[in-house]
Amino acid sequence: MTSRPRSRAVILPAIWLGVLFAFPFLLVFKLSLSDSALAMPPYAPQIDWGGGLAAIKTFFAALDFEMYARLTSDRLYLDAYLTSLKFAAGGTLIALLVGYPMAYGMARCKPATRNILLMLVILPFWTSFLIRVYAWVGILKPEGLLNVFLGLLGLDPVSLLYTPTAVQIGLVYSYLPFMVLPLYAALERMDHTLLEAAADLGSPPWRSFWQITWPLSLPGVVAGCLLCFIPMVGEFVIPDLLGGPGSLMIGRSIWMEFFANRDWPFASAVAIILLFTLVLPIVLYQRQQARALEAGR
Amino acid sequence: MSRPPAPGRAGKTAKPPEAKGGGRRLNIGAVRSTFAPWNDPDAVPLVRFEGVTKRFGGQAAVDNVSLDIYPGEFFALLGPSGCGKTTLMRMLAGFETPDAGRITLAGQDLAGVPPHQRPVNMMFQSYALFPHLTVEQNIAFGLKQEGLPRGEIAARVLEMLDLVKLTPFARRRPDQLSGGQKQRVALARAVARKPKMLLLDEPLGALDKKLREETQFELMDLQVELGVTFLIVTHDQEEAMVMADRIAVMGEGRTVQVGRPEEIYETPSSRYVAEFLGDVNLFETRVETIEHPMAHLQAKDATAGFYVLDDDCPDPGSTVWLAVRPEKMRISLDPPADGARNVLAGEIWDIGYTGDWTNYIVELPGEKLVRVARANSQRFVERPIGWDDKVWVSFDPDAGVVLTS
Repeated sequence: MTSRPRSRAVILPAIWLGVLFAFPFLLVFKLSLSDSALAMPPYAPQIDWGGGLAAIKTFFAALDFEMYARLTSDRLYLDAYLTSLKFAAGGTLIALLVGYPMAYGMARCKPATRNILLMLVILPFWTSFLIRVYAWVGILKPEGLLNVFLGLLGLDPVSLLYTPTAVQIGLVYSYLPFMVLPLYAALERMDHTLLEAAADLGSPPWRSFWQITWPLSLPGVVAGCLLCFIPMVGEFVIPDLLGGPGSLMIGRSIWMEFFANRDWPFASAVAIILLFTLVLPIVLYQRQQARALEAGR
Repeated sequence: MSRPPAPGRAGKTAKPPEAKGGGRRLNIGAVRSTFAPWNDPDAVPLVRFEGVTKRFGGQAAVDNVSLDIYPGEFFALLGPSGCGKTTLMRMLAGFETPDAGRITLAGQDLAGVPPHQRPVNMMFQSYALFPHLTVEQNIAFGLKQEGLPRGEIAARVLEMLDLVKLTPFARRRPDQLSGGQKQRVALARAVARKPKMLLLDEPLGALDKKLREETQFELMDLQVELGVTFLIVTHDQEEAMVMADRIAVMGEGRTVQVGRPEEIYETPSSRYVAEFLGDVNLFETRVETIEHPMAHLQAKDATAGFYVLDDDCPDPGSTVWLAVRPEKMRISLDPPADGARNVLAGEIWDIGYTGDWTNYIVELPGEKLVRVARANSQRFVERPIGWDDKVWVSFDPDAGVVLTS
């Protein structure tokens, strides 16, 4: 009896997912199996709705994995995937290293100070993402703010714009809030008496951190890393504005295939592969979590 | 001055208590042995609080407290919430620093010693079990910090699991345990390191009544078995009375009275103590005459006169409070025999029946209400006392305590 209302409650998110995820996904997937045509959708094959079952059969027969085969033939794409993963992994790690102390400090503040700090973390979202990335151009360019500042200190100017370092900085800067917020949520929830108990049982503060605080914040760490890593891999604006030719990321190649080459089927294939590289680890992680939860029961 | 080792609680039952002035003895339920190091001038206390003060934002949470706790003692800090008892314990554990005064443990000044280096362990009110560790790992936590060899830790954990009867639950996580089981894990974890002293912060607060009673006796047995000094913080007077060798009643950051449970109950030093421990009827009176061994008191509103023992009674003319416990008063429908003292006539105002006891609230002349408790030792009576009955309330001269503050 109790399962009824719950199954009904699932309908709304199901519709949401169906309309905004499953349907577009199927469209893109179909595109990726189509053949390239010069600079114009629609792409073959098309379903001839009047042709009945036979037409549908010919439609499916015409779909093929040609685009995927082409992906493997050109090293450019594999490199772009790897570069993206590398940038995302590095960016996530740096965001974690920077974000953890921030979140930890916030969680330890008085509630009033905490809310102010939380506001400050969210504040950048009030400005357009694009403008914030452009601002970094202003900071990093040869005669930009950074070099002015270094000059004042009597240091040599650095040339960062259009380098992989600039992309990395941009990624960490843009996604830091997504790391800090889940970490903060996990740390803030933690019962402070647990640390007192650890101290009482003979654990000095730094060991209490690794024995108590860190393991208890792991759900926040995982959430923060996923929230940073996934969008970082597909990031397009940051490498486009801050990166040079050495930092071709997969998001940018998808954009180029879609809008410069107008090769929608191929772009779709690149996108589908990206999706699977991202979804697979998450699914595996969640299954492992569920299994751990069941083992504990 | 440690208690002789004995199986079970036998170590706590021995000779009847020593006589108290005038050949009278306090009536005690559980006879608590000859164990009284606090009366022995040669005994060395394990813990000394010397003039300890702690302020929070100008407000003194603990105000100039001096207290000695002896090895092997089961000591209770008793008081209402906010009386400073928890703060006092937390200073001993090292979680708070005293603003003034000194705390020594086995002769060592604890000032500047961080919590993780103090040879005491605490059982937290919330238990503070580590949610990501199993029962086993929780108990092993303290032993791991000492860097003991693996085998030794495992053996000690098994011993502790056996002690608190949780062996089948070793692999469970805290959120898979009941309240009582969590409490026992917390206890096992705290004693696993064999501390010099175990601090218990409201250890039974989260348990239901029946379990609480059982656990009280388990804790007492455990204390004798381990030979560890226990310091317990509680607001529950029954808990303190049942378990503790000595109780310090605290109020507003100070220790108001320190003594054995029966001393505190039967000879409270002030109205505060008398009212905090159990129920009490207080009469504001003036001392009329003293004819040893009796003192004659007159109620301030002149509605009644009392004859009580003249122990600690100030000179005639002083204002004192007469405290009489409800269970030491008698109630009857007929007037007591001639010559009886301390007889008051009144009318039943309210009756509270609890099964074993009945509490009668009696209105005396002058709208004064007194509470009389009567044990229901008989199943049937000829004429039960009912609402609006005219009744007689009386008590013996030695039932009342004269209080000056």
